[in-house]
Amino acid sequence: MAISDTAAIATRASNTARAGIVLMLAALAIAPFVGLYPVFLMKALCFALFACAFNLLLGFGGLLSFGHAMFLGTAGYVSAHAAKVWGLPFELAVLSGTAAAAALGTLVGALAIRRQGIYFAMITLAIAQMMFFFYLQTPFTHGEDGIQSVPRGRLFGVFDLSSTLTMYYVVLIIFALAFLLIYRVIHSPFGQVLKAIRENEPRAISLGYDADRYKLLAFILSATLAGLAGATKSIVFQLASLTDVHWTMSGEVVLMTLLGGMGTIFGPVVGAFIIIGIESYLSDFGEWVTVITGVIFVVCVLAFRRGIVGELSAWWSKHAG
Amino acid sequence: MADDTILATQGLTKEFKGFVAVKDVDLSVRRGTIHALIGPNGAGKTTCFNLLTHFLTPTRGRIFFNGREITGSRPAAIARMGLVRSFQISAVFPHLSVLENVRIALQRKRGHSFDFWLSERLLRALDAKARELIEAVGLAGFEDTLATELAYGRKRALEIATTLALEPEMMLLDEPTAGMTHEDVDRIAALIKRVAMDRTVLMVEHNLSVVSTLSDHITVLARGEVLAQGDYATVSKNPAVVEAYLGAGHA
Repeated sequence: MAISDTAAIATRASNTARAGIVLMLAALAIAPFVGLYPVFLMKALCFALFACAFNLLLGFGGLLSFGHAMFLGTAGYVSAHAAKVWGLPFELAVLSGTAAAAALGTLVGALAIRRQGIYFAMITLAIAQMMFFFYLQTPFTHGEDGIQSVPRGRLFGVFDLSSTLTMYYVVLIIFALAFLLIYRVIHSPFGQVLKAIRENEPRAISLGYDADRYKLLAFILSATLAGLAGATKSIVFQLASLTDVHWTMSGEVVLMTLLGGMGTIFGPVVGAFIIIGIESYLSDFGEWVTVITGVIFVVCVLAFRRGIVGELSAWWSKHAG
Repeated sequence: MADDTILATQGLTKEFKGFVAVKDVDLSVRRGTIHALIGPNGAGKTTCFNLLTHFLTPTRGRIFFNGREITGSRPAAIARMGLVRSFQISAVFPHLSVLENVRIALQRKRGHSFDFWLSERLLRALDAKARELIEAVGLAGFEDTLATELAYGRKRALEIATTLALEPEMMLLDEPTAGMTHEDVDRIAALIKRVAMDRTVLMVEHNLSVVSTLSDHITVLARGEVLAQGDYATVSKNPAVVEAYLGAGHA
C-alpha cells in the first residue's frame, strides 16, 4: 500500500507540473490575440528564460551568482556581431552567442565554484565587472552605442523574421524548449544529486559524489541557457548594448527569481513577467519605476519570502492535503 | 598481519596555528571489528575522523586503507573506495524525503550521475532496495516524510540506512548515539551491532555503556595523543585513562 501511495504522490505532483506547463505554453501561444503586445511578450519571454536559467543555479544548486549578466550580455554581443558583421543566419547567430556563453561559463565556473556563499557571489560579480569594462573598451561592441540595427534575417532561410508575429512564435518555441530542458534537468538523476549537494554538501561528498563537478556542470548549464536568452534578445530587439552586461542586470535577475519564487519551476517566469510588465506599462512614471520595483522587492522579502509561486503552492498543498 | 588490518595510520599529525590537535597517532583497525575512539572533549577524535576521510589535510603522517595509501586522495574518492563516514551533527538531506535520502546513496552505484537529459523515473528501479534498508533501520512507514520532520533518533537511523546503502567495507560513525533518549540509544546500538556483522566499524562515542557492550577494541585519545589501547577491561583499569576522564586525584 505504501508503495502505491508514494508512486501516486510522485505521479500526482508531476502531473500537476505538466498540466501547468501545458497551460502556460497554451496561454502564451494565444496571448498576442488577447491584447498583449508581441514586442512586450518577447521581451518578457527573453527575461523569463534568463531568470529560469539563473534559478537552475540558485534554486536547485544553491549557488547565488551575482554576475549572470555577463552570460546574457556576452551572448548578445556575439550573436549581434555574428548576424550583422559575419552575416550569419538567425539560427547560427543565436547558436554562436550561446556557445560563447557556454565557453565563458566553463571558465568562470571553474574559477568560482571553488568558493562558497558570499565569496562565490563576489567572484562572479568581480569577473562580470571585468567583462563589463572589456565590452566598454573593445571596438567591436561600439561602446556606448552598442551594436545597432542587427538584421533578424530568415529562420532556416525560409521564415521571414521581420514579421513580428513570426518572430514571436520563434521566441516562444525557443523559450518552450529551454524551459522543458530545465524541467528535465531538475528531474534527472543529475538533478537529484544537485539537490542533495544543495541540502548538505559534506554529506553528499561523504557518499562519494564530487560536489564541485556537479556544481560546475550546473553552472555551465545555467550560463549556457542565460546565453541563449541573451542571444535571442539581441536579435529580436536588433540591439546589443552595455545594459545587458551591466551589474544592475545581474541584480534584476535575482529580483525576478526571488519575487516569483526561487526553487519553483514557474516562479522565475512569473517574476520576469511582473518586472518587465511594470517597466513597460508604467514607463510613464519614469525614474519612479525603480522605486516601485524596489518597494515590491522589500514587500516580497518581508511578507512572502517564498515568492509568489512559492507561497501559492505552499497554500495549495496546505488546503489540498 | 597486514592483511588483517583494514585501516592504519602512521604518525598522523594535525597542527592548527600554534596548536596540535592530533599528535603522532598510530592507529590500526582490524578487519571485521568494532573499534571505538574515545577520550575527553577536545581530545582530537573528530579531527581524527576528518583526517581519515580527508575533510582535513594532515600536517604529517600517512593513512592506509586496505594496504593502499589514501593520504592524498580526495574525500569523494575515499568514499568510493569503501570508507564512508557519518557526521556528529546528523547528516541527512533535510528537504528530501526519507526514500530520496537513501536513494541518493544507492544512486552512487550508477557511477557518476552527470546525465541531466534523462528522467529521474529510471531511479525508481532503486526504490525496492531503498525500502528494504529503510525497514531494516526501523523507519518503515516514514518513506514519504521529509527528513527534516523526523525526530532526532530517527534522523540518526536514516543516516545509518543511507550509509549502509553504499555497502561500505568500513563505516566511520561520529557519536552515533549523541543526544539520544535511552530507547533510541538501545535501538541504534543494536543496529550498529547488526550492521557490523559483515563490515568494520570505527566509531567515536561518549556513551561508555555503548562502548563497553559494542566495541572489540578501544583507543583512548587525550590532547591529541594516544593514551591507551586495548579492550574495555584493560583500558578502563589504566590509571592514565581514569585520570584523563576524572581528573587527578582519582587515579
